[in-house]
Amino acid sequence: MSTTLEPSSTPSAPTSTIRGSSVRAGDRVFRGLSRGSGILILVTMAAIAVFLIVKAIPSLQANTANFFTTQQWTPDAKPAYFGIAALTFGTLMTSAIAMLLAVPVGIGIALFIAHYASRRLAAALGFVTDLLAAVPSIIFGMWGIQFLTPQLKGFDEWLATYLGFIPLFRNDTGVYTRSILNAGIILAIMILPTISAITREVFLQVPRAHIEASLALGATRWEMVRQAIFPFARPGMISASMLGLGRALGETIAVALMLSAIYTINWQITEPGGITFASNIALKWNEAGTIGISALIASGLVLFVITLAVNMGARIIIARRSEFSGAN
Amino acid sequence: MSGNDLTPGSLTPDERAESDTLLHAALAGGKLPRWATAASGLAGLVLAMVLNVLTSVDGVAGTLVVAVIIYVLVQTVWSFRVEGRRHSIDRLATTGIYATFLIALAPLVAVLATVIVKGFSVLSLNFLMTSMRNVDPNSTQGGVYHALIGTLEQVGIAALIGVPLGILTAVYLVEYAPDAKNRRLARSVSFFVDVMTGVPSVVVGLFVYTAFVLTLGMERSGFAASIALMILMLPVVVRSTEEMLRIVPRDLREAAYALGIPKWRTVLKVVLRTAMSGIITGAMLAIARVAGETAPLLLTTFFTTSINFNPFKGPQAALPTFIWDQFNTGTPAAVDRAWGAALVLILLVMILYLGAKLIARFTGVKRV
Repeated sequence: MSTTLEPSSTPSAPTSTIRGSSVRAGDRVFRGLSRGSGILILVTMAAIAVFLIVKAIPSLQANTANFFTTQQWTPDAKPAYFGIAALTFGTLMTSAIAMLLAVPVGIGIALFIAHYASRRLAAALGFVTDLLAAVPSIIFGMWGIQFLTPQLKGFDEWLATYLGFIPLFRNDTGVYTRSILNAGIILAIMILPTISAITREVFLQVPRAHIEASLALGATRWEMVRQAIFPFARPGMISASMLGLGRALGETIAVALMLSAIYTINWQITEPGGITFASNIALKWNEAGTIGISALIASGLVLFVITLAVNMGARIIIARRSEFSGAN
Repeated sequence: MSGNDLTPGSLTPDERAESDTLLHAALAGGKLPRWATAASGLAGLVLAMVLNVLTSVDGVAGTLVVAVIIYVLVQTVWSFRVEGRRHSIDRLATTGIYATFLIALAPLVAVLATVIVKGFSVLSLNFLMTSMRNVDPNSTQGGVYHALIGTLEQVGIAALIGVPLGILTAVYLVEYAPDAKNRRLARSVSFFVDVMTGVPSVVVGLFVYTAFVLTLGMERSGFAASIALMILMLPVVVRSTEEMLRIVPRDLREAAYALGIPKWRTVLKVVLRTAMSGIITGAMLAIARVAGETAPLLLTTFFTTSINFNPFKGPQAALPTFIWDQFNTGTPAAVDRAWGAALVLILLVMILYLGAKLIARFTGVKRV
C-alpha cells in the first residue's frame, strides 16, 4: 500500500494545481457512481410498483367479478371471473397462526441468548438460529409435507376431538393434511430466526445500569426482564415481529407445498384447504394465459402493497426507537 | 475491643456456618434445594410412565408432554410453598425460556437430519455429473448436473452485478451522504434499502417478468433469473457493507487525507481494503440467502431437463426449480432425486455460510 501513497504524498506546489483538477474528476466519477447506485435502489422500488400496476390493468378491466370480494379464481375463463378474497383470507390466516406461535418463542430464544445462557452457549445458539434462516424455503416445504405433516396429525386430531366445539378447530372431513394450521406452523418455524435475531440485538442494547438497578432492588430474574428489558425493548420487539410478519405474508414455495389450493374461505383451519397470494402465483403461473398472468400480477401488486405497509411500519418504529436510544 | 469480637475471624468454623445460615434465612427467605429441578423432572418422568401404563396416555410424544406438564406443576407448586409467589413465577418463566431453546433446536436438527438421510442415499458422482435428459420419471438414473450449472451461473451473474452495486450504495451512504448538502436523498435511500429487504421474492420475480420479459422483450432465461436474484441480494449486501464501513476507524481516513490522497482513492485503497473481509463475509451470506430462492426462478426461467451453458438464451434449469419439478412429478424415484438435489443445495448454502463465518472470525475488523 505504501507504493500507492508515496507518489501523491510528495507533490510539489505547481504539479498539485494541475493534478487537482484530475483528482476532482476522479472524485466526481466515483461519487457519481456510488450516488447512482443509491438512486438505482429508489428507482427499482418505484419501478416495481409502476410495472406491476401497468401490467395488472388489463385483467382488472376484463374482470367481471368484484376483485376484492370474489373467492373464485378463473381469470382465463370467458368472461374472466376472479377475486382475491380467498387469497387474502389464506394469507392473513396462515400468517396470524405463524405470528401467534413464533412471536413468543422468538422472544424467548432472544431472551435466552441475551440474558440466560452462558456466553459460549449463546454464541452457538445464535449461530444455530442463523443457520435456520439459511435453509431454503423449498426444503422447508418438502420437509413440512413429507415429515412434519404426519407428525402433526396426532396433534391436529387431538385439537379437533377435544376443542372441536370451537368452530376454528372443528374438522368435518376426517382428513388432517394440507391444512391452514399446518402451513401456519411451517411459517412459524421459518420466521423464527428473523424475529429472534432482531429482538436479540435490541435486548443486548438494554443499558446494563437498568438491569443491575432492577436486580439490586431484589427483583427476580423474570421481574428484571419485565421491569428493565421489556419496556426498553418494546419498540424493537414490535418491529421485529412486523418484519417476521412481512416474511410470512410473502412466503411462497413452502406454503405452496403445504396447502391444498382450495379457493374458498374456510374457518375450520384443521381441514385441508387454503391458498395464499404468493403460493397462488407460483402454482398458477405456468398454466396462465395472458389475462391469467395479468391477474396474478394484480394479486402480486396487492401482496406488494401489504408487505410494503408492514415493512415501512416496522422500519419507522425502529427508526424512532434508535433516535431516543442515543440519549441512554 | 467489641469490634474485634464481631469479625468472622474470631468465630469457630461451626459458629460461622451457623451465623451464615441464620443470616441467609433472615434475608433471603426459603429456597429450594439445588436438586429440586432434577427431582421435579424425575417425578414428572416417573409419574408419566406410570400413567402410560395405567391410563390412555401413550406413545413417546404423549408421555413426554405429560412428563413436562407434571414437571412444571411439581416445581411451581413446590416453589410456591417454599419460596413464595414471585420466585415460583420466576422459575416458571425460566423453564419457559429454556423450553424455547429446545423448540428452536428441534426443527433445525429435524430438517438437516431428513435432508442428509434422504439425500445421502441418492448422492453419487454420477448424480452430480449427469443431467435429466431422456430420463424416465420412474428410473433411478439421472442427476443434477444441468441444474447445478444453472444455479452456479445464475447466482454467479447475480453476485457479479449485485455485490459491486451494493458496495457502491453502501459507500454512498457512509462516505458521501454525510457531507452532502441534501440529506433527504441519503435518508430515503437508507430507508428503502431496509424496506427492500422485506419485498417478497415472488414479487421481485413478477417485477422482472413484467419489466424485462413483457416490456423489454427479453426471453425467460437464466439471465432474467439473475436479475431477480440480484435485486434480492442487493439490500443485504448494502446493509452488511455499510455496517463494516462504519467500523473502519476515522483515523485511517484522516491519515490518508493528510497525505494528500483524494477521497475516492482513500475509499478504494484504504477504507474498502480495511473492511474487505467483512464485506466478503456479507456478500457470501447474501449469496447463500438467494441461492435457494425458488419462486423468482419459476416466474423468470423455463425449466428444462437438458444441459444449457448459456444463461442468456433458452430454458435453463437450476437446483431449486429442479427440486420443485422432481418433487411435483411425485414418483418415488423423482422424489428421491428431489431430496438428493436438496442435499446438494443445502451443502452449497452451508459451505457459503460457514465459509463466510470463518472468514469473519479469522480476518474480521476488530470492533473497538
